Amino acid sequence: MAKRIELKKVSVFYGDFRAVDDVTLNIEPRTVTAFIGPSGCGKSTLIRTLNRMHEVIPGAYVDGKVLMDGRNLYGSDVDPVEVRRQVGMVFQRPNPFPTMSIRDNVLAGYKLNNARVAKSDADDVVEKSLKRANLWKEVKDRLDKPGGGLSGGQQQRLCIARAIAVEPEVLLMDEPTSALDPISTLAIEDLVSELKQEYTIVIVTHNMQQAGRISDKTAFFNIDGAGEPGKLIEFDDTATIFSNPTKKMTEDYISGRFG
Amino acid sequence: MANTRSQVPKKRGDVVFSGLVTASGIAILVTLSAVATFLVVESLPALNPSAEIGNAPEGFWAYVAPLVFGTLLAAVLALIFATPLAIGIGLFISHYAPRRIASSLGYVIDLLAAIPSVVYGLWGIQVLAPAVQPIYQWLNENLGWIPLFVGPVSGTGRTILTVSFVLAIMILPIMSALAREIFLQTPKLNEEAALALGATRWEMIKLSVLPFARSGLLSSAMLGLGRAVGETMAVAMVLSPAAVITFALITPTNPSTIASTIALDFPEAAGLNVNALIAAGLVLFVITMAVNIAARGIITRHARKVAF
Repeated sequence: MAKRIELKKVSVFYGDFRAVDDVTLNIEPRTVTAFIGPSGCGKSTLIRTLNRMHEVIPGAYVDGKVLMDGRNLYGSDVDPVEVRRQVGMVFQRPNPFPTMSIRDNVLAGYKLNNARVAKSDADDVVEKSLKRANLWKEVKDRLDKPGGGLSGGQQQRLCIARAIAVEPEVLLMDEPTSALDPISTLAIEDLVSELKQEYTIVIVTHNMQQAGRISDKTAFFNIDGAGEPGKLIEFDDTATIFSNPTKKMTEDYISGRFG
Repeated sequence: MANTRSQVPKKRGDVVFSGLVTASGIAILVTLSAVATFLVVESLPALNPSAEIGNAPEGFWAYVAPLVFGTLLAAVLALIFATPLAIGIGLFISHYAPRRIASSLGYVIDLLAAIPSVVYGLWGIQVLAPAVQPIYQWLNENLGWIPLFVGPVSGTGRTILTVSFVLAIMILPIMSALAREIFLQTPKLNEEAALALGATRWEMIKLSVLPFARSGLLSSAMLGLGRAVGETMAVAMVLSPAAVITFALITPTNPSTIASTIALDFPEAAGLNVNALIAAGLVLFVITMAVNIAARGIITRHARKVAF
C-alpha cells in the first residue's frame, strides 16, 4: 500500500515568485521523512506539492517531476482530485468539519470514494480508523456528537482518522502538533510511529526534537534571505543529520545557532 | 455619567464628537417612536369594532386580511424564485468565476440594486407581463388541474405571479451580495480539509461551504423577504388588484399588497378610510419588524456557533 515518492528537480512558483528551488530527493515507503528548516524556507510549500494542494492558491505551479511509484503526479492526464484521494493530509490546525458528527467526519472522505456505503461497512471503517488513530476509546460512546466539540488533540487525531479512513498510499502531515499541548503531541508522535508500518509518511515540523524522535530520514531546508527561494541543504538519515551533518549550515541550525 | 472618570478634563473635540454620535443614536429612537406613535394613534379609530369604514363594510380585519395574504404571497413567491438564483450567483462569484469576471459581475449586481423601483414597475408592465402571458396560457392549458394555474388566464399578464417575478429581481442584488459574502467567509481550513480528502469543487462546497453558510443564507432570505414585503411602486404599477384571498396565480383577479394599496388608495381616501389605510400600514410595520427580528436572531445564533 505504501508508495515510494521521488522528487526530481522540483521548483515551486507562486506567480513570478520562486518559493522552492530545484529539490531532488527520494522518500522511501514505510518510513517517516521529516522536513525541517526555519520559517519561510518552503518546507510547507513543498509538502503541499506532494498532493497538489498548493494549486488551491491561484497562480501556483510546479516545475519538475514528482513520481509516485514511477508515475508523475504532474502528468497531463492526472487529475489532482485523484492524487488527493491517494495522498492523505493532516494540517497545522485541526480542521474537522464543525457541524458534522464524529462518525460523519471519519466517513467524509470514504463517502466521496464510494457512492453508496452500507451501514455495516461504514461502522467497520469508523471503528477501524478511530482505533488506528488511538481515538476510539475516547469517543466510541459519542460518535453522533459534533467533531467541533472535541479537544484540540482529539480533533487532530480525528483528522488523522479521517485521512486514513480512505486508505491512502501516503500520509502528509504539515506541522500536525504545532497547535497542540505536550500530552497530545506525544499521542500524535506515538501514532506516527505506529502508522509508518503501513504508510509512507512525510512530516513538516518546527520542532527539531520531534524530527529526531519520530523520523527515519530528515531533509533540512533553508533560504538565503527574504524573497529568496527555499533550497534543500541536506538530506540524510535522521541520525546522521543530527549527529554528524556534512554541511555547516545544517549544523548551525541543529545546534540552535539560528532559526 | 457622574463617575470618577468625568473629573478628568476632556478635550473639546472629544466632547463635541461624543455629543454628535449620541445625538445620532437618540435620533433613530425618536424617529422610530414618532412613526410608531403616529401609526398607533391614527389606527385606533379604524380598529374600533363599531367603526363604519366606507372601504371596509365588514370591519377592518376583513378588509386587511386579503392585503396581508397578498403581501405575504407575493413576497414568499419572490423568495422562492430569488433564493436558488442568489445562492447560485453567490457561489459562482465566490468559488467558480475567475477573479476578473467575479468582480465585474459583482458590479452588475450592484447596478441592479441601483435601478429605481418605478423603472422595475414600468419594465414589469411593458416587457415582462406581455412576455409571460403566453407562458401563463400554456401553464393553464397543460397544468390547469393544479389550483395555482386555474383559469381564466389574465389577458394582460399583470398577475400576482408577474409581480413576484419583478420582486424576485428586485431582492436578488441584496441576497446574492449577502450570499457571496457568506460563502467567502468559509474558513480556508475547512475547504482545504475537503479538498485534501479528494473532494471535487462541488463536493468541497457540499462538505464545507454550504454547512457553514446555512444559517447565514437563512437570514439573508429573511432580509430579502423583508424587502419584498415592503415594496410599493412595482406592485402598485403592475397589479390590477381585487380584494380576494386566492392561490390562483395567473387570473385577472389578484390579491393586492398592503403597501401598494396604501399608495393607490390614499390620494382619494377621506375620514375613517384614511385611518383604515394607516392601520394597514401598522400591520405591515409589525410584519416587517417580525421578519427583521427573526433574521437578527438567526444571525446572532449563527455568530455564536461559528465562534465555537
